[in-house]
Amino acid sequence: MKIEDAMISPVFTLKRDNTIRDALHLIEEKGIRHIPIVDDGNQVIGIVTERDLRSALPSVFFRSIEGEDVLERPLESIMNKDVITAHPLDFLEEASLLFYKYQIGCLPIVKENQLVGIITATDVLRTFLELTGASQPGSQMEIRIENRPGELEKILHRISEKQMNIHSILIYPDPKSKIHKIVVIRIETINPNPLADLLRQDGFQVLWPKGVNA
Amino acid sequence: MKNEAVFIFSNQLMDYKFGANHPFDQKRIQITMDLLDKANALKKEHIIPPRMATDEELELIHDPDFINAVKLAGKGKLTGSEALKYGLGTEDTPIFEKMHEASALVVGGALEAADYVMTGKAEHALHLAGGLHHSMKDRASGFCVYNDCSVAIRYIREKYQAKVLYIDTDAHHGDGVQWCFYDDPMVCTVSIHETGRYLFPGTGNVFERGHGRGYGFSFNFPLDAYTEDESWLYAYRRAIMEIADYFKPDVLFTQNGADAHYYDPLTHLSTTMEIYRVIPKLAHQIAHQYCKGRWIAVGGGGYDIWRVVPRAWSLLWLEMTGQVRKGSLPQEWIETWQPQSPVQLPKEWDDPLDLYPPIPRKKEIEEKNRRTVHQVLQWLESRK
Repeated sequence: MKIEDAMISPVFTLKRDNTIRDALHLIEEKGIRHIPIVDDGNQVIGIVTERDLRSALPSVFFRSIEGEDVLERPLESIMNKDVITAHPLDFLEEASLLFYKYQIGCLPIVKENQLVGIITATDVLRTFLELTGASQPGSQMEIRIENRPGELEKILHRISEKQMNIHSILIYPDPKSKIHKIVVIRIETINPNPLADLLRQDGFQVLWPKGVNA
Repeated sequence: MKNEAVFIFSNQLMDYKFGANHPFDQKRIQITMDLLDKANALKKEHIIPPRMATDEELELIHDPDFINAVKLAGKGKLTGSEALKYGLGTEDTPIFEKMHEASALVVGGALEAADYVMTGKAEHALHLAGGLHHSMKDRASGFCVYNDCSVAIRYIREKYQAKVLYIDTDAHHGDGVQWCFYDDPMVCTVSIHETGRYLFPGTGNVFERGHGRGYGFSFNFPLDAYTEDESWLYAYRRAIMEIADYFKPDVLFTQNGADAHYYDPLTHLSTTMEIYRVIPKLAHQIAHQYCKGRWIAVGGGGYDIWRVVPRAWSLLWLEMTGQVRKGSLPQEWIETWQPQSPVQLPKEWDDPLDLYPPIPRKKEIEEKNRRTVHQVLQWLESRK
């Protein structure tokens, strides 16, 4: 899946001479945690996160101390100028890797030097969840298969014989055994038992649903 | 004189039938009624036949395209690929002759029940053939063609302007009803079910709370697989007492699927007949405390039609009519059905204490469920 299918657009932005007060207000009002800072040409020149804003404020224990009113400082004074961005045609997997590698919470999406969207780690998580088909009515089946060609085909053949619709399939290496993989299938049925029985008869190790005698 | 309760039934309701070897089998109603009859708890004058729901009534919820597809399917005139678009002709919801008529009658039964209760002709009404809570506005799903619960609730909203509290104790999440009223603050849906991590339909998460104006009017209690009586009832009691007090309904609508029992072949909860005594008891109490007695109950899932459903649904009717039965089941009932039953029929109304071997993760499951209940209800508490 491409980032453009999961990103949020339009984006709430501020300018470098907006104040910390403006940013706190925007975060509160829109329920967001990241604000890209753009110039007059809609080019990203920095980013301010909720955490940057909080750490710019004095501690709650020292609020009464007189001094310069930090709320009126420009965002330029706290924004992070080394912004990591992504392109709308990048893959979601690549974006996930950036979040992980740089330990960041959001990526402004830039196309031809223009800010066109934003994607947060939460958006990525939600999209992966949708990819698992969890929002469609179905039952989940887990099968341990041997890690060799042709195994999945045998399972799919049985599902197709039963006229069952598949929402999603996920295959991952079995953490407990190098020669096995785990297949997770979401199927549009309220009763996966007959299929599970059939697969057991074929010699598959069906982890869920458990058999009647399990 | 006003009836305390009516029992919606006619033999035509048995036509909702997907064929031999299908787990959804309305023969369970017949076995239940025979148990009530032999326990001397169901009289002829209690029984009221359902009416047929009109297309206009079905369209309170369902798309005309979908209704039309069901009609064609029942006449053998819908092609395979066209049928699949509407969730028909699958292993769950096979096409059968006159499926529209059979399904519209199930909905009509719920409407009849609603009219009896809302006009005060009866305090309570029971419609065991209903409870088809998975059906969506444009699609059959999980053994359910038309959604009698959703249609009846919208009918009550439009005709009687009453606030409806829907409580669903089927082991599967009541998704069809929830999505119909997800943005409606006048219908509060509560579903207590086995977690959707594996089980159909997969939804019914703690954080599904409603949308827009309906936010805070959907409640979901997904319980762990192998949950036992005590933990299940903890969730049920806390959930419905607190939610009824918060919502203050005008009428109570309960979906009484009987598939959370240890014996049920489609689910993985480990409850016993104990919960089927407490479920209607508390519902009854809420109906009188908040709704002047107005209580409509429908059936739902329940796939052990021999050992579980007849007793569970009989207990529901007994509670509704203020009757009590304990100890041995009528011997005649056992003799009538044992020859047909593939399993040994129970001898008592209640289950023995050693119905199943101890659950190894009991403590963990109880802790997890307590957390779930707390997570759902803390939102209510934070608003007090």
